[in-house]
Amino acid sequence: MLSQVESHLRSDRFPHIWCPGCGNGIVLSALVRAIEELGYDPDKTVVVSGIGCSSRAAGYLDFNTLHTTHGRALAFATGIKLARPELDVFVLMGDGDATAIGGNHFIHAARRNIDLTAIIFNNSIYGMTGGQYSPLTPPGKRATTAPYGNIERSFDIAELAKGAGATYVARATTYHATMLEKLIVAGARNKGFSVIEAITACPVGYGRRNKMGNGLQMLLWQKEQAVTVKQAEKMSPEELQDKIIIGELYRGEAPEYTAMYEEIIARTKGKNQ
Amino acid sequence: MPRTIEFRLSGSGGQGLILAGVILADAAIREGKNAVQAQSYGPEARGGASKAEVIISDGEIDYPKVVLPDVVLAMSQDAADKYAGKVKKGGLLIVDNTYVKNVPPTPARVYGFPISRLAREKVGKELVANIVALGMLAGLTGAVSRQTLEQALLSRIPRGTESLNLKALELGFEMAKTFSVKVPA
Amino acid sequence: MSDVVEMARLMQGNEAVVEGALAAGVRFFAGYPITPSTEIAELMAERLPGLGGKFIQMEDEIASMAAVIGASLAGVKALTATSGPGFSLKQENIGYAAMAEIPCVIVNVQRWGPSTGIPTAPAQGDVMQARWGTHGDHPVIVLCPASVREAYMLAIRAVNLSEKYRVPVILLMDEVIGHMRERVILPRAGEVEVIERKKPAVEPKDYYPYRPGDDGVPPMANFGDGYRYHVTGLVHDEKGNPTTDPQVAENLILRLHRKIYDHLDDVITVEGYQLEDAEVVVVAYGAVARSAKRAVKDARAAGIKAGLFRPVTIWPFPEKEVAELARQARAVIVAEMNLGQLKGEVERAVQGRVRVTGVNRLNGELITFDEILSAIKEVTTDAQSG
Repeated sequence: MLSQVESHLRSDRFPHIWCPGCGNGIVLSALVRAIEELGYDPDKTVVVSGIGCSSRAAGYLDFNTLHTTHGRALAFATGIKLARPELDVFVLMGDGDATAIGGNHFIHAARRNIDLTAIIFNNSIYGMTGGQYSPLTPPGKRATTAPYGNIERSFDIAELAKGAGATYVARATTYHATMLEKLIVAGARNKGFSVIEAITACPVGYGRRNKMGNGLQMLLWQKEQAVTVKQAEKMSPEELQDKIIIGELYRGEAPEYTAMYEEIIARTKGKNQ
Repeated sequence: MPRTIEFRLSGSGGQGLILAGVILADAAIREGKNAVQAQSYGPEARGGASKAEVIISDGEIDYPKVVLPDVVLAMSQDAADKYAGKVKKGGLLIVDNTYVKNVPPTPARVYGFPISRLAREKVGKELVANIVALGMLAGLTGAVSRQTLEQALLSRIPRGTESLNLKALELGFEMAKTFSVKVPA
Repeated sequence: MSDVVEMARLMQGNEAVVEGALAAGVRFFAGYPITPSTEIAELMAERLPGLGGKFIQMEDEIASMAAVIGASLAGVKALTATSGPGFSLKQENIGYAAMAEIPCVIVNVQRWGPSTGIPTAPAQGDVMQARWGTHGDHPVIVLCPASVREAYMLAIRAVNLSEKYRVPVILLMDEVIGHMRERVILPRAGEVEVIERKKPAVEPKDYYPYRPGDDGVPPMANFGDGYRYHVTGLVHDEKGNPTTDPQVAENLILRLHRKIYDHLDDVITVEGYQLEDAEVVVVAYGAVARSAKRAVKDARAAGIKAGLFRPVTIWPFPEKEVAELARQARAVIVAEMNLGQLKGEVERAVQGRVRVTGVNRLNGELITFDEILSAIKEVTTDAQSG
């Protein structure tokens, strides 16, 4: 398996830029294993990313990779997918990337139910710029721009995606790497807009400032906080406070955007020439 | 100097004046002439006012806007108030006296017709008042022939409305025949 | 009826852009509604699917620019259209297209600004934004049509230049040209030259996506065609991989400029009217050039040796051609619907060898030929008395 993962990496690009203890590499390897399991043709596989630590992942992957502008990955990916629907497109974003500067693109990609698989690396912070609060930083937590504690409420990415129209929504942590891989596979197989939130650790930009320890300790924290969808069903809202519900959270049925556009083409082909 | 005629069709939004302007310009082109149709949204273009400008010329049309029109169509009192004074001396001012009750001082010769009322009563729909007006404009000025105007009209209206529109155009030409004028070039 | 009359059509400027783009092979449009460019989106929505192409109305202008780049990278010629406020929003990703060398065309039907301004009023206030709107030194080509037919021809040329040089090309229109309808005779299908991007001639393993050919332009593989490579807005080496190496950074930005500035004879087109013996030269572009042409005709009729110089390519600025004007002209007038954005470039090009005056108007109406004629008469009198 390891060699198969390696075959999809641009090994000449290593060492990577991520800090010791960073969880991004775990998400990256889960994605590669998922693509391997899906059996996708690398020549027809596209990975689009935004800006931030997580978005550097695209550059390490031996597919058609596009490292775009901050927040805009889904809009670029929409252009690629609509222009060539036969391509399999994954979109890698950070939490600030996807839900702050890219929030508009995120809800509209979900609303269109365009067949993209979005993986959001949620480390609760802007890591690359050194630890500023994001829309996913929990209230009360500290960041360089929230030195007295964050007073903003945070988004629930899964609820946001569901509410906006995504037809597959799931969450895992980097501790649950195998689950993450399986959720990415299921998300990719969904013909529509799929969102997989990957809870990942940023010990340098977030953990340190919030006394959460090193990367290993943060992984263990993920393990402790995580409850499966099944377990969560039996728990009260109070018990679920501060817990991370993992697993497949939502599946919906809706027509997919590029398929509907192909129908318009079939209907109008040869007209208006 | 090449012969050039400038038209200003004015009235309220919804009276179809831009479409009338487009058809007029289209007809001129079918005759091998040059034509420009421009919307003009001057500072006066508010309160639902609408205005279309058409320039038809045997020569090249460099400046695409109407400077001082030879022919003005005013289909509302507002339009008449604004544009009646801005016509070439000896030009033509055609007013729809269904709505224009007072014609302000003008250097032009004035022709009043109850365009909207006639469209309603004789064609059955006030909606085609613009086409009635178009027939009058063509009939009075000879700027374009009836044949090409019909062709242009048919190419730019929705299917199923042909006979209604042709009837309206015919009415316009008939009304024009009651007068006999030509616009000086 | 003669053949010519049969081929003549009444067409709107915005419509001509669509027809030109389609003739050049554009099969993808992403946009956002904005006056006075909306007709382009509407007509694209109607026309593209019948040609097997794609139209999408994105959530904003930023996203439309991004989608256009994505589509182009997937191998489909792509175009977007907007006006001032939307053009401002597109700048971020126009910079991306310049840096990552993704062919694309941006139509900007200029309206009065800044800000929301007057949505339906013409202006030419985006001349500098078209050149310098995105941050950083970057290459760009900007074309400026003065008639409906030229809107068609330049839409084709914009697509061709973007494919040939892998650069964003801006078709800088104004509301007058975008909305007016006039008589056009378009070339027959097959009479139009259509340029396709240069494809790699090597095997995927030997492909360097940013290694330029002799013309400074790297051959471009489309996503999905078997060449797996990396595209980024970061400074990148010939492999496309990010780097902060100062030498690589400098080489890259210089090459991005060279690929355009080494081919100015190909990129720049200008038009002259009555320039041979002109003592007063009016420089004008877009709709104002029509007022200027009429003013030149009227001036000639009044015995003044006036001429019109019309840059069709306004960026890169035709410096050499404008410098030539200073050799014979005694006065240069730059007429534009802004406070003198291109006048500064003209002054720079003539280097003080001739007096340059501006005719500027910002009330949302097209500059009239009378205003330009007055300016011609004024500088003629000045020149005679001086």
